[in-house]
Amino acid sequence: MMDLARITRSRVFRSLVRHGYPDSNRNRALAVFSNFFLHVHPVKVRLRAIRFTRTFYLGGLSLAAFFLLVVSGLMLMFYYHPSVPRAYEDMKDLEFVVSSGVFLRNLHRWSAHAMVALVFLHMTRVFFAGAYRPPREFNWVIGVLLFVLTVLLSYTGYLLPWDQLAFWAVTVGANMANAVPALGPYAKFLLLGGTTINENALIRFYVLHCMLLPMLLLVGIAVHLWRVRKDGGIYLPPPGEGENP
Amino acid sequence: MSATRFAAEPGEDARAVPVRLLVVQEEERPAVDASAEPQVMTFPHLLIRELCAFLALSLLLVVLSLLFDGPLEEIANPEKTPNPAKAPWYFLGLQELLHYYPPLISGVILPTLVIFSLVVVPYAHVNVTRAPFAAGSPAERRRKLGWLWLATAALTLVFLFTGAHAVWPVIGPLWFCALLATVPFLSDAKRGVIGLLARRSLPFWVYFWFLLVATALTLVGVFFRGPGWAFTLPWRDGVYH
Repeated sequence: MMDLARITRSRVFRSLVRHGYPDSNRNRALAVFSNFFLHVHPVKVRLRAIRFTRTFYLGGLSLAAFFLLVVSGLMLMFYYHPSVPRAYEDMKDLEFVVSSGVFLRNLHRWSAHAMVALVFLHMTRVFFAGAYRPPREFNWVIGVLLFVLTVLLSYTGYLLPWDQLAFWAVTVGANMANAVPALGPYAKFLLLGGTTINENALIRFYVLHCMLLPMLLLVGIAVHLWRVRKDGGIYLPPPGEGENP
Repeated sequence: MSATRFAAEPGEDARAVPVRLLVVQEEERPAVDASAEPQVMTFPHLLIRELCAFLALSLLLVVLSLLFDGPLEEIANPEKTPNPAKAPWYFLGLQELLHYYPPLISGVILPTLVIFSLVVVPYAHVNVTRAPFAAGSPAERRRKLGWLWLATAALTLVFLFTGAHAVWPVIGPLWFCALLATVPFLSDAKRGVIGLLARRSLPFWVYFWFLLVATALTLVGVFFRGPGWAFTLPWRDGVYH
């Protein structure tokens, strides 16, 4: 009979997971320390740092929303063609032909709204906590850039359904880019791949939304989390000191 | 803050340049700070919390997705401009600003200023010290109160007269914050709500103002704007998308 202990002792298991069943603190430490995905965490954390009311888990929830967006976005990509009028027809297919297509699109859309809100709330929480102070100055700057990237991702994604809502919302934004002194018309041309919003703009927004911006965001998140870790975890006021003014 | 008392450059290859140099640094890094406060193992205490938070968010979004369908209108038509043409909600604050200022100011200069201000937050001394705004000697307090209301008056004039319309979603929150920040100058209470206000720093008030302005502009843009960006009441005319 193969019991759990025998499986976790086997050579095959140990080649995958390099520690025993986490029933001792040593193995619990190794579970975090020797795991690629968990090694962003220290082995031990201060109790104050993981209380819900300290951070409301806003940073982690932002990351969770991003994860849901990547998964639902990838699945949407299986059905989507960035061309006119096929893009809009694909929306109709999602609605009437694809199994759970409406759910998939809804999940992507509401997760996107949630992520914009969560990232902004995370920034606000960090500001009020004063967590941007030395040595975390530059991580705050990276955080602001991540917020800008989140908004840009949301903006580029907004055009992709190619309906009236998408077209005119992006028109408002593109006209703002046009207002940049001197460079405006060039900025608008670069963004749209032309002077009007047409198929060229759609493919640009598609590439930005599905490739360039998510990759930048991923790298940004990695650096952001790495710096949190290097600075000794999330900011906590010195013990005994209460709220932040 | 770190202060290096003595530092020297060691050789790149210790075998080629067999010199041992002592580097004495006085450095305080949170990463190596010893503290006596309670700690727990990451596995399982933090990981279970992360998992629960992730599942709770997923559940919420799944339920939302089952109950509410995202909007899909007719196919894009450059010939047919909807009225009003609204951006997604997180841009409606900016779009609301377009009502008051030309695109150069509302779409380029003001957003750039906001992002720039956010980026430089940690590099400004006032944001690092975060001293209570109402603290100080009586003379200092009088000076601070004077500056507070001078700035409030100046900003009020700017937002009253420089736009195509008076920018009430900016002026309203400004006065709300200025009045709240003034309360501790009128009373020396250390406890309760007044005590809470008295401990707030200037950066707190500025960010609070920014937060209220962003909220007010967004709410007005989402709920109170109709065809031609005219003011509407959502309970009377409904919400325009």
